[in-house]
Amino acid sequence: MAPITTVHYLVVAAALFILGVIGVLTRRNVVIVLMSIELILNAVNLNLVAFSRIWGLHGQVFAIFVITDAAAEAAVGLGILIAFFRNKETVNVDEVDLLKW
Amino acid sequence: MLFLDHIWLIPLFPAFGAAVMFFFGRKLQKSTVNAVCVGAVVLAFLFTCCAFSQYLGYQHDNPGKPYQVNVYTWLGTDTGGMNFVKYDGTPAPFHADVGFLLDPLSGIWLLFVTGVGMLIHIYSTGYMAHEGGYYRFFGYLNLFMFSMLTLILANNYVLMFVGWEGVGLCSYLLIGFYFHRHSASTAANKAFIVNRIGDAGFLLGMFTIAWYFGSLRFTDVNHLAHSGHFTIGDPVITAATLLLFVGACGKSAQLPLYVWLPDAMEGPTPVSALIHAATMVTAGVYMVARSNALFVLAPASMKTVAIVGALTAIFAASIGLVQNDIKRVLAYSTVSQLGYMFLALGVGAFAAGVFHVFTHAFFKALLFLGSGSVIHAMSGEQDMRNMGGLGHKIPITFRTMAVATLAIAGIPGFAGFFSKDEILWQAWSSEGGAYRFLWLIGFATALMTAFYMGRLIVLTFFSRPRMSHEIEHHIHESPKSMTMPLVILAFFSIFAGWLGLPHSLGGSDRFAKFLEPVFAREERVLQAEEPTKLAAAEKEQEHTDSMEYMLMGLSIAAAFAGLGLAWKAYSHADKGYTEPIAAAAPPLYGLLYNKYYVDEAYDYAFTGRRKVGDVRLGVMGLGEASSWFDSHVIDGTVNAAGWMTRFAGTLSSWWDKWIIDGVLVNGPAVLSRIISYPVRILQWGLVQWYALVMVFGLVGFVAYYAWR
Repeated sequence: MAPITTVHYLVVAAALFILGVIGVLTRRNVVIVLMSIELILNAVNLNLVAFSRIWGLHGQVFAIFVITDAAAEAAVGLGILIAFFRNKETVNVDEVDLLKW
Repeated sequence: MLFLDHIWLIPLFPAFGAAVMFFFGRKLQKSTVNAVCVGAVVLAFLFTCCAFSQYLGYQHDNPGKPYQVNVYTWLGTDTGGMNFVKYDGTPAPFHADVGFLLDPLSGIWLLFVTGVGMLIHIYSTGYMAHEGGYYRFFGYLNLFMFSMLTLILANNYVLMFVGWEGVGLCSYLLIGFYFHRHSASTAANKAFIVNRIGDAGFLLGMFTIAWYFGSLRFTDVNHLAHSGHFTIGDPVITAATLLLFVGACGKSAQLPLYVWLPDAMEGPTPVSALIHAATMVTAGVYMVARSNALFVLAPASMKTVAIVGALTAIFAASIGLVQNDIKRVLAYSTVSQLGYMFLALGVGAFAAGVFHVFTHAFFKALLFLGSGSVIHAMSGEQDMRNMGGLGHKIPITFRTMAVATLAIAGIPGFAGFFSKDEILWQAWSSEGGAYRFLWLIGFATALMTAFYMGRLIVLTFFSRPRMSHEIEHHIHESPKSMTMPLVILAFFSIFAGWLGLPHSLGGSDRFAKFLEPVFAREERVLQAEEPTKLAAAEKEQEHTDSMEYMLMGLSIAAAFAGLGLAWKAYSHADKGYTEPIAAAAPPLYGLLYNKYYVDEAYDYAFTGRRKVGDVRLGVMGLGEASSWFDSHVIDGTVNAAGWMTRFAGTLSSWWDKWIIDGVLVNGPAVLSRIISYPVRILQWGLVQWYALVMVFGLVGFVAYYAWR
């Protein structure tokens, strides 16, 4: 069985990234959109960790930052979502258009 | 002054009788009805006699003063309350009293109205004995007496108008007494409606007087008229008097409102005698005589009265020449005689006019009652063509009617001679001959009167019997209750005239002298009449008396000629006789027989019953045409304007909606919307769209740098 190379990681990461982008663009539920963003971020993390095999530990350190950032982003995003739900009683992203005009 | 102070009781006697009849009449015996109703009128008559004799004494102490009793103030007060504005802007209190006035004029009227009324009531007990609605008849008669006495005794125009309307109502009720007969009810309607036209004139005249004089009391109005405040020929007074005369024309059956009186003969004969011959129809004469102080201030009105009177006299007399219904002849005779009275009033001879009213009341009532007796004898037949030879069968009726005929024809010694001659003489001598034409008309009328009365007597009592055997078998003289009044009236038809025996015949003209205070003219009116008077007097100076004798001779000749002609023409009349006028001039006969087609003309002009196709003729047609014009042309124009406005509005709204709003307002908006579309999609408002754009942008960048 052939050894797992960096390219394999990259492929998985690209697949995750594309799934995440599609989720962000197509799902109406903000919670799922946030989850898709997590997917995108984790795809990036996978890339960073994969490349740290070649260029040293910098990538892993950066991945920890990204994880922290993701946690913060999820906290803020869900906070906004709760505030929004209290006003409009909905979590659908296409109804978030108060600033349209 | 017991009776004089209580003259207001006189109308109340018959009013009481009428009230009893209306409330309890149905249950009463005929004898009770007689006692109540006839008794009431007898009481009124006796009371009148007593009051009149007391008034003579009163007048002896207060020459020329009328006696007034104010029972109570009916409308307004003397000092205020109901004010109105007079013609000169000053306020005047409106008041109308239930007040009664006795002066020579109303005294004479009272005497003959109650006297003749009493006789006719007695006569009616016999005449109506076999009729239904006995109590109703007497109730109406008493109500009539009440109204007539109110009219006569009133001391102001308002109360007079109450009586005036009251007699009109009773006239209506009594003409329509046989209400089951269509002709009677239509005749009653006709009388009522035609009278209403006159009443409108009376009312307007009354308002004008109130507006101009500020009072409607006769004494106040007379006082003001005599005060010299108003000029002779004052246009307002002329208008007021002309309006009053319209009222008189309606009530007293003058041209052009006389048409109701001949039809009024549909009522029972005593009614014709009482209301439509002796009393009610003279109300117009009374009213004009009562307003004499106003009329002398309006020479134009006087001329109108005289001319209308004279024309009516000859017009009605000529119709009377050829009528076949005995009552109809008398009806036209009444219209004609009323014309005489107005002629007298119009030429300023008020006393002569009143004198004729007085004598006429007796002989015309007698003629009608006599004709009633004839109809009674003939079992209801009224057509003179079916009578004849009754003279020896009903002698009392015949003799009394003959007396009345001689009186109305103007045979010397009988009442009508004195009064009619007085009128003709006054017409001749007044205004210096300006009225001689009117004298000529009066003279011709006298000739006609003698002829048609002669014709009536000859066709009824002489000539050959022309009735059926059955009727002939039934002919009988009327009962005492009917003949007794005839005899009394015949007595007065002879002697009433002697009261006014003129100077020229050695009398003292007592009648005119008695009335002098009522008709006294003030100095300036006499002066205004002076120039013409003087001119006439100059001519007459030499032969006043001889002239009067000559005119008298002429009218006596006319009376005899008329009667003689009638005798010659009809004394041998047998079944199917021909009328001499019909033989001589058929078209003229047709014209007279059909009463100059006046009823037909009125029918075409006023009633609206005549139609050509769908178009109504006359005034009603005019009304209908106006209505059509209004609803089609005027309203059509309005509607057309409306439609046009609506169309313009629609157009304007369409223009606004599609051109202004659509093109000019929305157009730029739509345009900018279209133009702004590419820009707008950048701000779609959909978060995921932004994200998609970012993704494509990213892909674009990456692709660009990858394949550069």
